[in-house]
Amino acid sequence: MSVTIDTKDIYFKELNQQIRDVLKTGVEEIILNNVNGQRYIGDGITGTQSIIINGTPGNDMAAYMDGLKLVINGNGQDAIGNTMNDGTIVIHGNAGDTLGYAMRGGEIYVHGSVGYRVGIHMKGYQEKNPVIVVGGKAGDFFAEYMAGGIQIVLGLDLSPEESIVGDYCGTGMHGGVIYLRGTVEDYQLGKEVKVLPVDQEDLELLGRYVHNYAEYFSEDYEAIISKEFIKLIPFNTRPYGNLYAKY
Amino acid sequence: MSINYLTPAFLIERDKDRCIDCQVCVRQCANEAHRWDEEEQRVFSEDANCVNCHRCVVMCPTRALHIKKFPLEFRNNANWTQDAMRAIYLQAETGGVLLTGMGNDRPYPIYWDHMLLNASQVTNPSIDPLREPMELKTYLGRKPDFLKIKKGKLLEDIPPQLELDVPIMFSAMSFGSISLNAHKSLAAAAKKVGTYWNTGEGGLHKDLVEHGSHTIVQVASGRFGVDADYLKTAAAIEIKIGQGAKPGIGGHLPGEKVGEEVSQTRMIPLGTDAISPAPHHDIYSIEDLRQLIYSLKEATEYQKPVIVKIAAVHNVAAIASGIVRAGADVVAIDGFRGGTGAAPLRTRDSVGIPIEFALAAVDTRLREEGIRNQVSLVVGGSIRNSSDIVKAIALGADAVYIATSALISMGCHMCQKCYTGKCNWGIATQDPQLTKRLNPEIGAERAANLLKAWAHEIEEMLGGMGINALESLRGNRLMLRGIGLTDRELNILGIKAAGE
Repeated sequence: MSVTIDTKDIYFKELNQQIRDVLKTGVEEIILNNVNGQRYIGDGITGTQSIIINGTPGNDMAAYMDGLKLVINGNGQDAIGNTMNDGTIVIHGNAGDTLGYAMRGGEIYVHGSVGYRVGIHMKGYQEKNPVIVVGGKAGDFFAEYMAGGIQIVLGLDLSPEESIVGDYCGTGMHGGVIYLRGTVEDYQLGKEVKVLPVDQEDLELLGRYVHNYAEYFSEDYEAIISKEFIKLIPFNTRPYGNLYAKY
Repeated sequence: MSINYLTPAFLIERDKDRCIDCQVCVRQCANEAHRWDEEEQRVFSEDANCVNCHRCVVMCPTRALHIKKFPLEFRNNANWTQDAMRAIYLQAETGGVLLTGMGNDRPYPIYWDHMLLNASQVTNPSIDPLREPMELKTYLGRKPDFLKIKKGKLLEDIPPQLELDVPIMFSAMSFGSISLNAHKSLAAAAKKVGTYWNTGEGGLHKDLVEHGSHTIVQVASGRFGVDADYLKTAAAIEIKIGQGAKPGIGGHLPGEKVGEEVSQTRMIPLGTDAISPAPHHDIYSIEDLRQLIYSLKEATEYQKPVIVKIAAVHNVAAIASGIVRAGADVVAIDGFRGGTGAAPLRTRDSVGIPIEFALAAVDTRLREEGIRNQVSLVVGGSIRNSSDIVKAIALGADAVYIATSALISMGCHMCQKCYTGKCNWGIATQDPQLTKRLNPEIGAERAANLLKAWAHEIEEMLGGMGINALESLRGNRLMLRGIGLTDRELNILGIKAAGE
């Protein structure tokens, strides 16, 4: 069963209350039309239902979210999936800064590019292994303090002067793995990160998520996966282990 | 032992007439300051390993042990003190940032001790709290600008409030920095006394979920253990921007302390450093703070107060004003003497301002701006006793946060070595051999006793002033007089000098 809400001129507080109320009735899918900057959609909600968002949702969408599937037919703004625990987000456009900050589980797919500080402090534990897949490029401070999970940047349709990631990529990284479909200069990387070629195991992992990406956005899987990827991992899990002297 | 330039900090004196070589000290000391010599069949001491935590002194059945400052005198020098030189030897050897524990121990002025309380004499008679009702009940949260009442009923909902039977809460200490038994003690004590304890930034252990109604959960930059359940379990949510012991910097819980339980509770991989970045990377402005506050309110359907905790820094009054306007229900301010499990020494000892000034400045500023009612103020950063609390309330606080005092009630002897993970009192450690030394039932009873004792003392002092409800003392600075303060200091504190 599906419920449609026209969100035009509805303030976020009221809209989110409506969404929570509708989800409690057991509806499997909500379609939000005319979304125009309303914040906190899907925030703190536990469940397995879907929300289809037509328009541009506001900041902190899916913060602390636990299990929902959100599909955005439009661009996303900042702080999507903040401290997200589980669920899937598919964005048919670009997304802003701090996407997936401290994300612990679930998957986020962005068709286009993302802003600064994306995937900062992403972590995983036990069976939780969060994933971000970005089709275009990522801004500065990508995956800073990353502690777990998988982040993939595909660099599709970039012009020659564009770089797949910005500066300070992976600074303070101490867990997880980054895959880039392209190359980076040393100066773009945090000093805690090392670059490795991908092996068969990596390709299997990559294949799964790239396949999802191609499926969600109707892109050519073979064309994407056939280009060379590099892998970024931290030198160790304790980057600051030797920083201190015990007074 | 490798040779270095450091001399021992402490000297262990063992009274040979009293020592019965029972080896209690050997078993009690995680720092290996006592050692059993199999060949000689007697106990020896390793002075260099001693941190002066008093565990062996207290446990020695024959009182055979004394710990003294190591009697090594450098040539008199008021500038190059022993501490200053030790720091250089250590850094020359390691190249490391000096790390320490607990609060600022430098001899800065303690302004609580420069304020005196009033009492009634003849006019406005004092009240005897043993015979007459005294009200310490405190509600923390945003208060409406005015109340609409019809037929004796409130017409609008009051924003969510925390109800405290005593104006004292346990402030944030994470699981990881302190033991699960310490957390259990604090949670149970808070429940017993009718107040709240605070998880700190390390998540809420599954065994403590049952205490949720007395729990404040913290959301810090590392977002450890933060999920929808964590937020919904709590009575209130605290956004940690900073703490008094280390304003402006983050924290690293070393991987050694991230064992199975800590890993599960923080929701991070086993054995990795738990890194809290210095800022929240989604908060670069007051507007961004508002966004986080409202994301938390949305996640908990506006049912819980949101606290924003900051360290007392130079511009604290303007910052607090911004936090109120960002939508916080409570502002917690931590003074520069606030404790910590680990902080860089130079930051701890040199950054921030005293809580007394910060509190006075914030309360004054919020009143001037007409927004004081929109927020409750909670202050911490070395509240040592009940008169500190009465003075804080008279200066304008709604309640206080205590942490170091609570740990002392459970056995801490202030050796300042929390960061080593070898706390012999079972508090600041995850070593199962050590944590079992703190019995959570006894810990809870001791911490609860402290709060009860302080509540009695607060009632006594209130009664002495002729006041029977704490509410009437709040921001009542006429009940304070300064002693030994400059005009400027009196002015900032907003109080008169003794005799005026």
